[in-house]
Amino acid sequence: MAAAQSELTRARARSAWLFLAPMLVVLALTAAWPLARTIFFSFTDDKLGDASYHFVGFDNYFVQGDGYTDGILADPLWLSAVWHTVWFAVVSVALETALGLVVALVLNSDFRGRALVRTAILVPWAIPTVVSSKMWAWMLNDQLGIVNDMLQRAHLISGPVAWTANPSVSMISVIFVDVWKTTPFMALMILAALQLLPTDCYEAGRIDGVSPVKMFFKVTLPLIWPALIVAIVFRALDALRVFDLIYLLTSGSNDTISMSVYAQQQLVQFQKVGVGSAASTLLFIVLAIFTAGTLLLTRSKNAEA
Amino acid sequence: MANVQLRGIRKAYGSFETIHGVDLDIVDRDFVVLVGPSGCGKSTILRLIAGLEDITAGDMFIDGKRVNADPPSKRGIAMVFQSYALYPHMSVRDNISFGLDLAKVPKERIAAKVAEAARQLELTPLLDRLPRQLSGGQRQRVAIGRAIVRDPKVFLFDEPLSNLDAGLRVQTRLELAKLHRDMKATTVYVTHDQVEAMTLADRIVVINAGQIEQIGTPMELYNRPANLFVAGFIGSPRMNFIEAARIGETSCATIGVRPEHINVSAESGRWQGTVIHAEHLGADTNLYLDCGDKGLLTVRLFGEQRYGTGDVLHLSPVEDAVHRFNAEGRAIGR
Ligand SMILES: Nc1ncnc2c1ncn2[C@@H]1O[C@H](COP(=O)(O)OP(=O)(O)OP(=O)(O)O)[C@@H](O)[C@H]1O
Ligand SMILES: [Mg+2]
Repeated sequence: MAAAQSELTRARARSAWLFLAPMLVVLALTAAWPLARTIFFSFTDDKLGDASYHFVGFDNYFVQGDGYTDGILADPLWLSAVWHTVWFAVVSVALETALGLVVALVLNSDFRGRALVRTAILVPWAIPTVVSSKMWAWMLNDQLGIVNDMLQRAHLISGPVAWTANPSVSMISVIFVDVWKTTPFMALMILAALQLLPTDCYEAGRIDGVSPVKMFFKVTLPLIWPALIVAIVFRALDALRVFDLIYLLTSGSNDTISMSVYAQQQLVQFQKVGVGSAASTLLFIVLAIFTAGTLLLTRSKNAEA
Repeated sequence: MANVQLRGIRKAYGSFETIHGVDLDIVDRDFVVLVGPSGCGKSTILRLIAGLEDITAGDMFIDGKRVNADPPSKRGIAMVFQSYALYPHMSVRDNISFGLDLAKVPKERIAAKVAEAARQLELTPLLDRLPRQLSGGQRQRVAIGRAIVRDPKVFLFDEPLSNLDAGLRVQTRLELAKLHRDMKATTVYVTHDQVEAMTLADRIVVINAGQIEQIGTPMELYNRPANLFVAGFIGSPRMNFIEAARIGETSCATIGVRPEHINVSAESGRWQGTVIHAEHLGADTNLYLDCGDKGLLTVRLFGEQRYGTGDVLHLSPVEDAVHRFNAEGRAIGR
């Protein structure tokens, strides 16, 4: 009996590997190999358009000579890129989650034209980021933009504001556009979770005299929590890698530079493959730590339940 | 404790009316069972009493007070749902006490009430479990516990036993009867199972297609059904109906005889039929006979019987247990 079972298990494991094999090959070619190359080049002084390179150890990351320090970790621009990215990720994901919850709760109630609104709300998410970034760049333009025009007509601002160029507001503009674009995604993820909730315990709540607000915090939120966490992790990983939105909206200015934009600048603009690879590797490490951390946290939570 | 009155209650979803004017007086401390076929509106009536649905027309009184506009929590009711409706992420204890916690009942009072309900329903060892760690019967008891601690004036049950297996159903039925005796609360209980209705009810309300067909004690419904629908619905196996013209009766349109009110003889009787199927249940034997132009008749005999398929038998109805109905299906007094 036991022998037959383990034979079955072995057969299952074999077919599982068979099914996984194509996926593993593709992943190895498209993810593992480039990653390995990137890490490899981060230890060299390779430049674009120059085939020869030398190993420089950790010099691209950090080096301390007498009286000076060099490398990415000593570059104030990298440090502000890290700060910008984290700030962007935390604020935009928090806003998107809060707004997404509100939108999802509204969409989850019964009203006329609900199906239409559900579809319409997806539009910002469906537009490619390149298109929507350019669109917003024009709308936020200080000379020609419709946003300045409307705000001035409404007498909310006295003169035109350079929304994407002015260092004191450009980050806010970036976050605003990201929230505009990504709230629909969050709303839909949360809506899916809401629609799986049992309806009968809400009726029990009405009989118990539980107020809707209490019901939300004591019943709805705990029940959608697992789905919410997954959505937040998804979004946070996305936000930590942010490139296109910032690059297109603020033309890679130092006031909003993110980790990805920094790596791109080193690689493409300054043609320093070594330094760019080192920046990419650091970004990868940040993401890996973040992912492992959330996985561990949610796993220990699951084990509790 | 309270009485409940429904006056001309109607309910429409959009332009589609499902409850067509229901008048019902539920006396204080009565155990009233609403029975009827699936889709007849039993749950809807219960939900109207609870306040989970808006009343389209008519008036609802609980304890003499008009409650049409009162939210469920202000009506002094507690409801037990068919699907239990427990909060999946809360322990048994929290499920039972949730309503009280929010009503700012003092902590010691809550603890005492939960402990008392748990003792009554034998839930004490399960208080720290989650609903998904309980069996169906245990979940049902938690739902009942949650209703008990509210000290309701009126208990509402919507098919509370329908998800339980047969054995557990009988056991829980007995517990509910005992609970009602102890609590002495007015109870409205919905079921489509007539055995549940007969065994639990002080008074049964038979509903069909959004209307009340008859209200009465179980024995009144059994002995004096007001119409064909009630006669056919109450009693198992179902009452036999024979077109009066076929047996030479002129005083009515249809006669009805319950299977247990037919005597069987091998030699002589009023009607003759061939056994086409026999069910041997030990305590009872049900015979299904083809009686020619009188149709298919069912006979229920006490104890074990030696009759089998193909036997030709003579049937005689017990004369003073024969029901007569006019052309509209109303019972004619006897
Ligand atoms: N929300 C609703 N919208 C429209 N029609 C409804 C709604 N709820 C119930 N109905 C209709 O009202 C009628 C009565 O439904 P109800 O749930 O009261 O039946 P029931 O007697 O409890 O049946 P069952 O024994 O199957 O539970 C049905 O015809 C049903 O289709
Ligand atoms: Mg029902």
